[in-house]
Amino acid sequence: MAGSSFLFGLEEQVDSFALLIAVLLISSGYFYLGTRSSRTVRAAGARLHSLPHYYGLFAGLVAALPALSLLAILAIGDDIVFNKLALGFIPADVKAGENYKEVIVLAQIYNVVNGINFGEQPDWVYAAAEAWHGWEDTSRLLKNVTVLALSLLGGMFAYRMVNPAFRSRNAVERIVMTILAASSAIAILTTIGIVFSVIFESMRFFALVPVSEFLFGTTWNPQFEGAERAGSGQMGLATYGSVPLFVGTFLISVVALSVSVPVGLFSAIYLSEYATPRVRSLVKPLMELLAGVPTVVYGFFAALTVAPFIRSTGMSLGLDVASESALAAGLVMGIMIIPFVSSLSDDVINAVPQALRDAAYGLGSTQSETVRQVVLPAALPGIVAAILLAVSRAVGETMIVVMAAGLAANLSLNPLDAVTTVTSQIVTILVGDQEFESAKTLSAFALALTLIVITLGLNFMALQIVKKYREQYE
Amino acid sequence: MSDTGKQMMSPAMAAERVAAGLAARRGREKRFRIYGRIAIGIALAFLVTLFVSIFSKGIPGFFQHYVTIEVALDRAKLDPAGDLSVQSLYDGDARGVIRTALYEAAGASGRSGRKAAGKIISQGAEQRLRNAILDDPSILGTTRAMTFAVDDDVDSFLRGFIKRETPEKDRRINDKMIGYIDVLNDKGLISFRFSDYLVFGSASRNAEMAGIYGALVGSILTLAVCLVLSFPLGVATAVYLEEFAPKNRVTEIIEININNLAAVPSVVFGILGLAVFIGTFGMPRSIPLIGGVVLALMTLPTIIISSRAAIRAVPPSIRDAALGVGASRMQTMLHHVVPLAMPGMLTGTIIGMAQALGETAPLLMIGMVAFIVDVPGSVTDPGTVLPVQIFMWADFAERMFILKTSAAIMVLLAFLILMNAAAIVIRKKLERRW
Amino acid sequence: MEMQVMNAPSKQDLEVSHVPAETVGNIFTDHPRMTARNVNVYYGDKQAIDNVTLDIAEKQVIAFIGPSGCGKSTFLRCLNRMNDTIDICRIEGEIALDGYNIYAPDVDVVPLRARVGMVFQKPNPFPKSIYDNVAYGPRIHGLASSRDELDDIVESSLERAGLWAEVRDRLQQPGTGLSGGQQQRLCIARAIAVSPEVILMDEPCSALDPIATARIEELIDELSSQFTIVIVTHSMQQAARVSQRTAYFHLGKLVEVGNTEQVFTNPEHEMTQNYITGRFG
Repeated sequence: MAGSSFLFGLEEQVDSFALLIAVLLISSGYFYLGTRSSRTVRAAGARLHSLPHYYGLFAGLVAALPALSLLAILAIGDDIVFNKLALGFIPADVKAGENYKEVIVLAQIYNVVNGINFGEQPDWVYAAAEAWHGWEDTSRLLKNVTVLALSLLGGMFAYRMVNPAFRSRNAVERIVMTILAASSAIAILTTIGIVFSVIFESMRFFALVPVSEFLFGTTWNPQFEGAERAGSGQMGLATYGSVPLFVGTFLISVVALSVSVPVGLFSAIYLSEYATPRVRSLVKPLMELLAGVPTVVYGFFAALTVAPFIRSTGMSLGLDVASESALAAGLVMGIMIIPFVSSLSDDVINAVPQALRDAAYGLGSTQSETVRQVVLPAALPGIVAAILLAVSRAVGETMIVVMAAGLAANLSLNPLDAVTTVTSQIVTILVGDQEFESAKTLSAFALALTLIVITLGLNFMALQIVKKYREQYE
Repeated sequence: MSDTGKQMMSPAMAAERVAAGLAARRGREKRFRIYGRIAIGIALAFLVTLFVSIFSKGIPGFFQHYVTIEVALDRAKLDPAGDLSVQSLYDGDARGVIRTALYEAAGASGRSGRKAAGKIISQGAEQRLRNAILDDPSILGTTRAMTFAVDDDVDSFLRGFIKRETPEKDRRINDKMIGYIDVLNDKGLISFRFSDYLVFGSASRNAEMAGIYGALVGSILTLAVCLVLSFPLGVATAVYLEEFAPKNRVTEIIEININNLAAVPSVVFGILGLAVFIGTFGMPRSIPLIGGVVLALMTLPTIIISSRAAIRAVPPSIRDAALGVGASRMQTMLHHVVPLAMPGMLTGTIIGMAQALGETAPLLMIGMVAFIVDVPGSVTDPGTVLPVQIFMWADFAERMFILKTSAAIMVLLAFLILMNAAAIVIRKKLERRW
Repeated sequence: MEMQVMNAPSKQDLEVSHVPAETVGNIFTDHPRMTARNVNVYYGDKQAIDNVTLDIAEKQVIAFIGPSGCGKSTFLRCLNRMNDTIDICRIEGEIALDGYNIYAPDVDVVPLRARVGMVFQKPNPFPKSIYDNVAYGPRIHGLASSRDELDDIVESSLERAGLWAEVRDRLQQPGTGLSGGQQQRLCIARAIAVSPEVILMDEPCSALDPIATARIEELIDELSSQFTIVIVTHSMQQAARVSQRTAYFHLGKLVEVGNTEQVFTNPEHEMTQNYITGRFG
């Protein structure tokens, strides 16, 4: 969405911050009072249930927590309410207009409210802006009064509960426990947020573009909006067939895995079965270094070093290599995944019981026979799971493909061609200002939905396999 | 048992057959071992190639060419209003003053000669001159030797990327410029030194002026938000799930959830940020606050998982001891278990922060990719971060941008290695073996 | 057909440099299949076996007994060089099989272990079918030239291990699906499938119930007509039941060795006596 907002206008920040400080001051005041009065009670000879500072803590927490929650809700919520109210000022004929965009109109209002003027605006914009100022004042007053009142009253209520029989420690612990439980709910909220943000927009997309076209169409051409720019090869129509993207993703993942699986697996085998502890302690951190390199660095490496190298090598062999070939992106992605495969394989290889190795050695197997015929078959489920996780990494990897794979949605299985992937399309479509209404923008959410389904599916399968495998040996 | 019809092979015969196959088996053994060595060799070769390719460009990227000229700091020309205000300095003719000095040093004359000589110096020179005056107004009216960056094409020529032998029409600097550069060079006025623009400069479309300062500040602000949110939330969640949560369906769902979140591609978190914070809540784009929140949600699973492992590693005897003297479960947790698990939690948090520092894709989604010249002063000022800066620079074709991008990558890698080293030190120093 | 040792010392060369004074009883036999001379084993700095000299007689069962950590298992694992898989383990002295030093520098452990098989404390069948478990050794060593021959080896090995009747109808089912005692007999079948000369058994019954144990003991008795068997056991009764000779180890030293009956009924050394009568162990 375009435009600034008031949510983080400097004025409001200062207001909210001052209010926050005020609440904290009130809270610490109650803490002091609560502690002191319970001390007094104790000094008078009464037996307290809990230590004095728990009484203070209880009063302080009750003074602070509800007030701060209210503050957070109001600070974020007021803007949303204002937006809704402002919509009421927009005349019906403007709304019915051909190029009407809610976002743009709201941005006009924001600008006037903020005192930024780009030329003369219609009267209703000024009216809305004036009303907005009024709402702001009301909101500020309301916020100040309610938050402070809640804090003071809450603290008072808790303070009045201080008496020797009151189990303040238990009460404080219940509050802390609630905070802990609420924290763990963040994970759920994140998932809900992801699911809803993706599903709602996807549904809007599928209202514009049939699911069948998206899933089975072989042309991906989101660049042109409607018939506005007729004359391109696709009869001026945007098409959203995602098959080329998935084929591209598949192609690059296959290249990546054909690098990382053999290299990662054999490294893991060598390190766990053959290498001396010295070599192991030297090589393992070096491999982990590969895992710590940010993906943007790999992308830069792919685009600047690997792709030109592959292109010139291919040219000298008489091959036609695209400058942004799938091979370059896949190869570098493969390098990135090597440590991932090797450390996961290392874990599963080490999980194979020593007794099985002893049995094989006791029969006179060589080391490689033991590895190939006993250790690897026993570790196979774990290795399959590791590879699935690696696939999921490859499919979800973004920066390397954005920087090195290009944007040409070619339907090709030739690794020397340029292809594009799901993630790079998502980034390309969603970077920069965009309108949430257009099919092009919404298509990114549909792509994201399929991406989530695929990666979570792979992850789920891998975890199931690992779980089964663990049960076998424990 | 002798009721069996089948006869066992005699040990002698068995030994003979074993011996017959030995050579081939030894060969296979050797080959297998070599495959392992080759695999490790390939992995390490990739590592070396990656680092050599970055460092070979990055180390020169820390330096650039400067030219030192005697500038007559004419008060009337530079500060027409005479009040040393920024406005007055901008109204003044800093460019003219610098050019005059440059023409003199290079011996440029004539319209085309001046035009050529003028292109030698960076556009950033004027700003640098104004800043020097603001810092110390007493220099006005004197003539001083001042050092300015050269234009990035000139820099490329001096580095040898633009060849003298190339036909004039095919190179970005013409013969006249080369002549003046030679003059300056012969006078010893051109120097190759540590690039202050790289460290203190901000985003710029001019390669010679571009720097990482703004992005670095943006990264620090973003990480600060990320840390403030993810550390307490992660630890609280870990404590709850490990010590207090009832073992029921809800807890199970939360655990599955956390594992799944760890597997979600990072770009999806960017979509979450875009749709929820920017779309629904109407927050502004490009600000470190949202970047930090998105990265916090992304790193939470890492922190939760490692914190739980750290809590689990505290032996039950510690809990039993505390509970045994009458401490409540909460007291046991806060006074004993959490402090003992802290090194593990910190290690996990640092590793999570290192991930967040290197993350790019989700920040692109929430608009931190905008071209922002100003250094962000707070978490609600638009800004960018180091990896995104690298991403943007990587798009520019100028030779100097390639060098500076590599240099920026080296800075990023240095931070990452530092953080990982810190994690290792904390683990080694504070870890207790039970 | 001999081991890959070209200039191995002959039997006469393996002179005992000094017979350890500590060992009582007769450490030598007339027809030794394996001979150990002045063997010392170290794990890092720690000495696990201290100057052990012992003959292991052909087609006989010898039992190693002694308290935990006395080195009996360590010594057993020296006999087919299983200790090679442990990095910090170092061995001095000589152990010979049919007169050839198995620790000579150019000895290949692969044919050695084909001749000196091993059965472990816990049954450790491979996660493969029963058939593949038994066929594993013959396959890697190339013992069978045809599928039929391999079938024969598997069948006769299972028969000798007394398992054929129980598994003949489910050879393709996983070996891990058998009961503990059956698994251990499968491991024995697997070991004898390569036609070894010596079978080392490291507490083969410690993970089994009494009935399965009795079954294995019977089996050991039967096998002793064809194989030389060395068994490490915690149970003195078991040693008494299955072995002809018994060696008592204590703190890495071989304290006493002799005919089983004699060691159990009339031990010469005081420590053996204390152990046998249950004063420690």
